[in-house]
Amino acid sequence: MMAGHSTSMGVEDVNLYYGDFHALKDITLDMPANQITALIGPSGCGKSTLLRCLDRMNDRVQGCRVEGRITLGDEDIKDIDPYDLRRRVGMVFQHPNPFPLTIYENVVYGLRRQGRRPKSELDGVVESTLRRVGLWDEVKDKLKASGLSLSGGQQQRLCIARALAVDPEVLLMDEPTSALDPISTSLVEELASELAHDHTVVIVTHNMQQAARISNQTAFFYLGELVEVGPTAELFVRPKKKQTEDYLTGRFG
Amino acid sequence: MAKGEEKALRPKRAIERRGLAITGACVLLVAVLVLTLIFMVASRGLATFTTDGTPFASFMTGTTWNPHQNDANGIPLVGALPMIAGSFSVTLLSCLIALPFALGSAIFVVEVNPTFGTRVFQPLTELLVGIPSVVFGLVGLRIIVPWTRSWAGGTGYGILSGSIVLAFMILPTVTSLSIDAIRAVPQSYRDGSYGLGCTRWQTIAHVVLPSASSGILTAVILGMTRAFGEALAVQMVVGNAAQIPTSLTTPAATLTSVITTSMGNEAMGTVYNDVLWSLALVLLIMSLVFILIIHIIGRKGAPRG
Repeated sequence: MMAGHSTSMGVEDVNLYYGDFHALKDITLDMPANQITALIGPSGCGKSTLLRCLDRMNDRVQGCRVEGRITLGDEDIKDIDPYDLRRRVGMVFQHPNPFPLTIYENVVYGLRRQGRRPKSELDGVVESTLRRVGLWDEVKDKLKASGLSLSGGQQQRLCIARALAVDPEVLLMDEPTSALDPISTSLVEELASELAHDHTVVIVTHNMQQAARISNQTAFFYLGELVEVGPTAELFVRPKKKQTEDYLTGRFG
Repeated sequence: MAKGEEKALRPKRAIERRGLAITGACVLLVAVLVLTLIFMVASRGLATFTTDGTPFASFMTGTTWNPHQNDANGIPLVGALPMIAGSFSVTLLSCLIALPFALGSAIFVVEVNPTFGTRVFQPLTELLVGIPSVVFGLVGLRIIVPWTRSWAGGTGYGILSGSIVLAFMILPTVTSLSIDAIRAVPQSYRDGSYGLGCTRWQTIAHVVLPSASSGILTAVILGMTRAFGEALAVQMVVGNAAQIPTSLTTPAATLTSVITTSMGNEAMGTVYNDVLWSLALVLLIMSLVFILIIHIIGRKGAPRG
């Protein structure tokens, strides 16, 4: 069922306003298929805001206005029904947020809302997605237990499984490891690299080592502007802009 | 030096002690009042069974309410079942009527239009709390009783009219507690659901309401407590006929309505007076049970999120 139909995403001249506040300024960025794009920068630089534009979660924020063009493959996301868009562009949040339901119901939540499906199909999805996130062996005997009974790292992997269950083309991760311990963090990082084989992955992170470890491309944001973007190895070793270098060397941030 | 310090401390210690004494006395007074109230209602209420010789079973299951007379065996005719049935009927029915409206408006206020909800709707419902129950009773008499009469025939007095009036009275309680319960659902649950491509109504039905269910249940039971104990407004529209209710639109009576109608007319120490206290005891025990249920739900619903 993992079709592996990865689709690139792109933003072109995107400006975003919260009321009068100009939060994103003329952002243009390509996020190629089957790659991990890391968005880095100090708090409040707009990286999470940009991420939330990609699946139109900002539509729900009052007073938020987005200008410019955002594309999924060849389609402008304005032309896609936002509910369909969010199925194709999945999201993993900063804090693990499993629903107060069983582990099984957490995984199939998105599928169930799309209509009736035979139990055998749901069972198959539960097993394949939980295997994919490396949780199957840990939870296969307690699928009826609450998702909240898992540890933080397990909860986050459950949330990733939940996002994968609706078979998205793009996976957005908003600081997915900031609430996790080091071991869980490395599990999630490995998982992100593995998922990039058949997904486009965009990850927001505060952790520069993390960006360096897993991403193919890194974009550095500062005060709502995209300062610099480039292949991760290049950007970390030879940043072109002074601001990027200062941030990477810990002079601010 | 040490002596001076001690001197300076002494008046502070005295103030501490005085504060403790004053607040402690307040706590003691309230505790004593509650306990003596329970003791008083219990001792008077139990007199029906101890001094007047009515078997407990015939009180709880008897269907004839005529405390001035005795049956063939010399036992007073104090069957309370009609009133117990009446009280439970109006309580349950009023909650059934109020719940959909309370839940619907709570969902609107939290999920659909929070600005309108907090600026206009919530002050409006708070206004409803402040209206005295006699006003609800009057409105019931003028509008609801004639309306019931218009389609059901008969007098229009009865359990249905009582329940509708009560539903209005408990609506603000149930609504505002439901609002609190729905508002307490973590935003991250909603984000998770929307992030999977779910619509607002799917999110409400499958994540928000299930997560808020224990809080909503608490709201309903607090509403029930209020409905169960309300006397005046119910007495004005329920018809006050102490018989087992056979239909929702025939006159009936509740525990509270019988107590308020009769208490002033019966002398202390008579069987009639004693048995009214027994009814009050039933009311009191039921209220305690409601409160106990709320505590149990609160403890079960707490470790969430």
